[in-house]
Amino acid sequence: MPELLIEGARLIDPFNRLDGVMDVAVSRGRIAAVGKTLEKEGREVLDARGKVLAPGFLEVHAHLREPGREDAETLQSGLEAALHGGYTAVCCMPNTEPPLDNAAIAEAVAARARELGLADLFPVGCISRGREGRELAEMALMHLSAARVCAFSDDGSGVQDAGLMRRAMEYVTAFGALIISHAEDAALSLGGQVNEGAVSTAMGLRGIPALAEEVMVARDLLLAEETGCRLHLAHLSTARSVRMLRDAKKRGVPVTAEATPHHLLMSDRDIDGYDTVFKVNPPLRTPADMQALRKATGDGIIDAVASDHAPHTLEDKEREFDYAPFGVVGMESVFPMLYSELVLTGALDLTRLIELLTSGPARVLGVPATDYGMGIIVGARADLVLLDVDGTWTLDAREFASKGRNCPFHGRVVKGRIHCTLKNGKIAYRAPNTGSA
Amino acid sequence: MAESRHLLDVDDLTREDIERVLESARSFAEVLRRPIKKVPSLRGKTVVNLFYEPSTRTRMSFEVAAKRLSADVMNFTASTSSVEKGESLKDTALTLEAMGVDAVVIRHPVAGAPWLLRQWLEAAILNAGDGMHAHPTQALLDLFTLCDRLGDLEGRTIAYVGDILHSRVARSGIKACRAMGMEVLVVAPPTLLPPAELEGVETGHDLDAVIPRCDALYMLRIQKERQEEGRFPSLEEYTHLYQLNPRRLGKARPGVVVMHPGPMNRGVEIASEVADAPMAAITAQVASGVAVRMAVLFTLLGGAEGGERVA
Ligand SMILES: [Zn+2]
Ligand SMILES: [Zn+2]
Repeated sequence: MPELLIEGARLIDPFNRLDGVMDVAVSRGRIAAVGKTLEKEGREVLDARGKVLAPGFLEVHAHLREPGREDAETLQSGLEAALHGGYTAVCCMPNTEPPLDNAAIAEAVAARARELGLADLFPVGCISRGREGRELAEMALMHLSAARVCAFSDDGSGVQDAGLMRRAMEYVTAFGALIISHAEDAALSLGGQVNEGAVSTAMGLRGIPALAEEVMVARDLLLAEETGCRLHLAHLSTARSVRMLRDAKKRGVPVTAEATPHHLLMSDRDIDGYDTVFKVNPPLRTPADMQALRKATGDGIIDAVASDHAPHTLEDKEREFDYAPFGVVGMESVFPMLYSELVLTGALDLTRLIELLTSGPARVLGVPATDYGMGIIVGARADLVLLDVDGTWTLDAREFASKGRNCPFHGRVVKGRIHCTLKNGKIAYRAPNTGSA
Repeated sequence: MAESRHLLDVDDLTREDIERVLESARSFAEVLRRPIKKVPSLRGKTVVNLFYEPSTRTRMSFEVAAKRLSADVMNFTASTSSVEKGESLKDTALTLEAMGVDAVVIRHPVAGAPWLLRQWLEAAILNAGDGMHAHPTQALLDLFTLCDRLGDLEGRTIAYVGDILHSRVARSGIKACRAMGMEVLVVAPPTLLPPAELEGVETGHDLDAVIPRCDALYMLRIQKERQEEGRFPSLEEYTHLYQLNPRRLGKARPGVVVMHPGPMNRGVEIASEVADAPMAAITAQVASGVAVRMAVLFTLLGGAEGGERVA
C-alpha cells in the first residue's frame, strides 16, 4: 500500500526528460506511481501544487571534516546540511585528518554515514598515501571495500608529480574509477591568497595566477587522453581552463568538469575589504573568467555544479587574510543562489540548473553501487526534492545545519528555497514554517 | 582624513588632507627645533604601538612623535606580546579595547590587518605598514621631504626603482605622489613588478634611460630572499643593472633628490658614495618622520576636538 502522495507538483527530471504537472506516489521508499491524477485514498497527501519536484541533488564535492576537525563539521552536521540544501547524496573529499587513503578508514566513514541515515555518502579516496603526492594509495582496495570508493582525488592540493598522476590514471582504468583533479601547480600558486592581477595588486596580497590552474588542467587533459582514464576537473575557475576543456571534449577525451556557485556568481571584484569569507581556492577570478564559466555552464561544457562545501570555524576564519583557511560553505545556499541569480535573470533555465545538480553529477560519478540517478520513474528510490520557486526569503548562515558560517551570500534576499527533501520516501527535511503534509 | 578617525592608506586622503598634514608637520618640525621639544596636545591620551613585525625605526619614530605630543605610549611588540602563545589579533584588539586606548599604531606582516582591527576597536587606527600593501605615514614623510627639497611638486617626476612588487612604501608612495600631481615612473626587472599595471604609472626596465627625466629617484630595498625566490639570478646582476652609483647619478638632473626608506643595503641598490652625497635625502626622511607622525596623531586624536593647538 503506497504511503505518500505528492500532489500536483511540476516534475522536472532532466535524466528522464520529464517535465509536467503530475502526482507521484511513494511506497516502501520507492516511487510507486507517476500519473496525472492518482488515487488519494489511504495515502498521506503532500500538497505540492505550484512547486517543482526534482530528483534529490547529488553533491560531487564537499568537505565534511570528519575525522579530525569535528569542530568545523561532522558527518552528521554535514549530511544534515546536505538535506537542507536538497541533496540526498554527497561525495566527501578525502582531505580529513587523517586522510581517507585506505580501505579501513573509508569503510569507517561510510559505515558511520549509513548509521546516521541522512543523505547517502560516497567517500572519495586519496590518490596518494597521506595525500603526500609521493606514492599511490591503495585505490583498488578502497574500491573493493564496503565503502566502494569509486573516485579518487588529493583535493586540497594538486598532484604535483606528473609521473605519479600518470600512474594513478593508468592504474584505475583497471576498475574504471574516476580521478578528480584539483588543478593547482604549487610552484605557481605559492603563497597566493587571491587571484593574481589588479585586485591582488591593489590589496597588496600575493596572487594565485590563473596559470597555476591552467598548467595542470592542460597536463591532466593530456594524461587522460593518453591513458583513457576518466578525469573530472574540480572547481574550474578560469576562461582558459574552460577553453581547454571544450577542446578536449571535442577530441573525445573522457573528461567532465564542475563549477561552483561562488565562481559562477562572484569575481575578485566582489572581495569586500579583507573579509576572509571571500578567500577560496581556486580564488575568485576576474569578471571575464566568471562570464566564461557561466557560458560553459549554460551550454553543457560544464557537467555539474558542486558547492566545494568547505566549513571552517569562526576562529579560523576571523583572522588576518594570509592566515585564514580557504573555503566557503555551500550546500545550503546553492539552489536559492543559482535560482535567483542565474535562472530568474534568464542566464540559465531551471531544467538545466536541475540537470547540473542531479543527472549531471550522477553522470560524472558514473554512480555504481546504487540506483542513484534513475530519477523520477517507477521503481526508482524516492530520493526527491520539492522546490519552492516563488517565496522570497533571506539567506541566514546562522540558521544553517552546517557548523560552518563562512558563507559569502549571508544576508542575501533570494527567491527559491528547498521546501522539503525526501530520502527513501520519507520527509528528511522540511523548511521551517511550511506546515505539515 | 577629515571624516575618518583612521589612517589606513593614502586613499583615505584628499590632496587637501595631505597638504593640511604637511603644513601641520611643518609647525611640528618647528617644535622639534626648540630647546623643549614637547607640546601638551595629546596629554591624557594613550597610544599603543602594536608591532607584529620588527621595525625599530618606525616604532621609535611613532613613539617619539607620541611622546612629543605628551601622549602615554605603550609598546606591544610581537616578541613580547602573546602572538607566540597563539593569541589572535581579535583577542589582542579586545584587550586593547577594554583598556580604553585612544590610538593603535599597527605594523603587521599581513595586508589588511589594520582593516580587521578597525572592526573590533573604537580607537583610531594608524597603519604603520601592512604586508606589501600600504605604509601611509612613510608616504607622507616622503612627500614632506620632497617638498622640502623641490618646493612645489606639481609636474615633477619621481622614479621608484627596484622591488615594486613587495613594496608597501612604493604602493602608498606612488598614490601620494600622484595625488600631488607628480609624474611617477617605476623601474624594475619584470619579475619585481606587480602583476597588474599600477594606475597612471609608467613602467620601465632600464634605469639608465629614465634617470635623466627624474627630479627624484626613490631606491627601494632589495631583500636577498627575493633572489632565493628566483626573482633575479644574483645580487651582482641586480647591482649591475639597478644600483644607483656615481656614474648613473652623473646623468641625473641637477638638484635631483635621492631617497630610500631604509635600512639601506649599501653597495646593492645604492652605492655608499651616493647614499652619503648631498643630494641624498635619506637622513632628512628619518627626521621628517617624527614631525609627520606628530601631525597625523594630532589630526586624528586632537585636531577634531580642538585639543590644545601647537604654538
Ligand atoms: Zn580543490
Ligand atoms: Zn575541495
